[in-house]
Amino acid sequence: MKRLVLALILCLAAVNAVAVNPDEVLDDPVLEARAREISKGLRCLVCQNQSIDESGASLAKDLRILVRERLVAGDSNEQVIDYVVSRYGDFVLLKPRFKSYTLALWLGPVLIVGLGLLAVIIFFRRRTSAAAAAPAPLSKAEKKRLKALMNGES
Amino acid sequence: MITEFGHYALVTALFAALIQSTVPLVGAARGDGAWISAAKPAAIVQFVLVAIAFAALTQAYVTSDFSVNNVYENSHSMKPMIYKVTGVWGNHEGSLLLWVLILALFGCCLALFSRRLPPSLMARVLAVQGMIGVGFLAFILFTSNPFLRLPHAPLDGTGLNPLLQDPGLALHPPFLYLGYVGFSVAFSFAIAALLEGRVDAAWARWVRPWTMAAWAFLTIGVGLGSWWAYYELGWGGWWFWDPVENASFIPWLSGTALLHSVIVVEKRDTMKAWTVFLAIVTFSLSLLGTFLVRSGVLTSVHAFATDPARGVFILILLILVAGGSLALFASRGPALKSTGLFQPISREGGLLLNNLLMSAAAAVVLLGTLYPLFLDAIGGAKVSVGAPFFNSVFFPIMTPMAAAMAVGPLLAWKRGDLFPALKKLWAAFVMTAAAVIATWSFHSDGPPIGLLGMGLAAWLFTGTLVEFAERAKLARVPLLESFKRMAHFSGASWGMTLAHLGLAVAIAGMAGAGSWKVESIQVMKPGDSVDVAGYQYTFNGARQRQGPNYSSTVGSFTVREDGREIVTLQSEKRVYPVRNMPTTEAAIHTMFLGDLYAVIGDPDKDVEGGFITRLYYNPFVVWLWAGGLIMVLGAALSVADRRYRIGAPAHRRQAATAKV
Repeated sequence: MKRLVLALILCLAAVNAVAVNPDEVLDDPVLEARAREISKGLRCLVCQNQSIDESGASLAKDLRILVRERLVAGDSNEQVIDYVVSRYGDFVLLKPRFKSYTLALWLGPVLIVGLGLLAVIIFFRRRTSAAAAAPAPLSKAEKKRLKALMNGES
Repeated sequence: MITEFGHYALVTALFAALIQSTVPLVGAARGDGAWISAAKPAAIVQFVLVAIAFAALTQAYVTSDFSVNNVYENSHSMKPMIYKVTGVWGNHEGSLLLWVLILALFGCCLALFSRRLPPSLMARVLAVQGMIGVGFLAFILFTSNPFLRLPHAPLDGTGLNPLLQDPGLALHPPFLYLGYVGFSVAFSFAIAALLEGRVDAAWARWVRPWTMAAWAFLTIGVGLGSWWAYYELGWGGWWFWDPVENASFIPWLSGTALLHSVIVVEKRDTMKAWTVFLAIVTFSLSLLGTFLVRSGVLTSVHAFATDPARGVFILILLILVAGGSLALFASRGPALKSTGLFQPISREGGLLLNNLLMSAAAAVVLLGTLYPLFLDAIGGAKVSVGAPFFNSVFFPIMTPMAAAMAVGPLLAWKRGDLFPALKKLWAAFVMTAAAVIATWSFHSDGPPIGLLGMGLAAWLFTGTLVEFAERAKLARVPLLESFKRMAHFSGASWGMTLAHLGLAVAIAGMAGAGSWKVESIQVMKPGDSVDVAGYQYTFNGARQRQGPNYSSTVGSFTVREDGREIVTLQSEKRVYPVRNMPTTEAAIHTMFLGDLYAVIGDPDKDVEGGFITRLYYNPFVVWLWAGGLIMVLGAALSVADRRYRIGAPAHRRQAATAKV
């Protein structure tokens, strides 16, 4: 979190932490809500890991206006996002699309949980088999000794 | 002169750490008492020397000695005294010195307070601590020396980043480091246990309070960071899944797993190798966090490659610590035999599930954080992995975790029964349904995650209370008898109940703040009113104010509910001339069910006397930090548990080693 600061300086130095400005807001609240939703998934390219909805950088402002222009022109959410990606590349998406090079990213979590579960199952399997085998039968010598002890006691 | 003295003390501390990391280890291997006994004085001397160095740097900051380069670059004579002091760790070199100071402090505390530890174990633990100290002291002295002088002292410094001139962010690094470095104790115990070849209940009892304390500090550190973001960034956000935040959150997740698995080692003598592994991993992740933040690799892989001295040093350190300890674990770990057996449905099973999900969550966050760096480093495509990704993978793992948390403590050790446990939770089912219905009636148009979160919070909160009532036999025996039982509950069990309740409160906070925030952005002239979530914000106008080292625009808002005045909020927009940088100070009025939150922006270009204002209603957000504090309180009760300080198991252990 502390170095978040350093990252933020890049964005905050020019403009203060003002993201969406009143002059950008659309009159139609439904369209505006959609614009906000889309903005949250688009990265401010000059910032570190900030969405254009959060960023005060001027590039973010340009992108926010662009998104709103496309919405007013009648684009669907997907069309707006496709348009922004076609201009700025996949880097602009904060949630990467499922592609060959993001395969490991998207399958990773499934794999991690799956392998974890598998490890737990193996752990219990081994335990039960170990437990079943645990009390090893007494050897001949032990039996003899046990018998001697019992006799000695009685 | 004092600066040179501090520099000299730091160099000497490196030698003390070298002695601490070698002599006791040889002594423990040979069974030589004289060599073993070198550990304690070395640890104490190392701490004293690092403390002298730290004091010397602080002195340079307090007296604004700009002939010291580090002070020149990060301080200014006009700065308030408190930020001159906290500015010591508001930069790379100083914060590493703080890191080493805390490391040495933990070593010193170990040496002073763990008298019952068998001498050879103690020697090994302190030696491992010493090795970490050697690594970091060398890192400071060779790549990040804060004591270097400038040939000609400038008239004044370049100032501290205004964002750091804030109480929340001033205290954030020390707590974070107390957490990170605190996990080094568990790590040292793990390595020592591998060297000794044994892990038992006594070992777990020594490790538990240290781990718990580290976890509590890290919780405070992460909480302070998110609280700062909330009031300083000016739009009510409190968690961004930023790589730098993740760097501290990943060890928190694995540390949470560790402090649960240590319980199993202590109570049931099983999951030993796994616990040792987790201790190694948790500290390695703390180091990784330090590496990610300190090496500059996050800003850009290429920036890291062009100025690699620091990054490469700490990367090598990381590889040595993680690689070396994991290699040791691979060779010695399998020899740690566990004896306790248990069924999948049991208290141990529940704790195992916690470990599985917590570790998986840590691994998933790590994957998302490192993925873009990794792809960039191998020359692949440039991708961004941000909040939407983390939200979509993190919550599916954490939801079953929180759901199971209400059930686990109700199960018996070894072999539990699920259905009787669920039957006992009837009250939790009722409360969950009530919470979901109540939430629905207020926010039927909100996102479903809000309903899920509130339901989960109610489930966990009630479930935890049910378990507590069960143990106290509340309503089954006379009330006085129940109170007597409660009075005999151990600190650790009170701690568990509180920590779980705290998480439930925090979940409610996350769900509320994440789902039903109301925002209003507009240009307001003095006298204008805006309705936000049923609260009328009236803008009274803005005035100029002069701070100690900044000038600010103060915007005043009066908030009314149904004509009744609630509060007048004063929001500030500060400009620090030294760095010519603005900061926002949101005005916040906290109420039980939500925060009133106002921010004043720039004057509007078109409207005469108009200002851009951002007004928010942030429901439940304070529950997030209240929940965190309750968790910390729980951890504190657990650390204070008498049983971890009296020596019953320790004596048994000493007898055992004496026999060998």
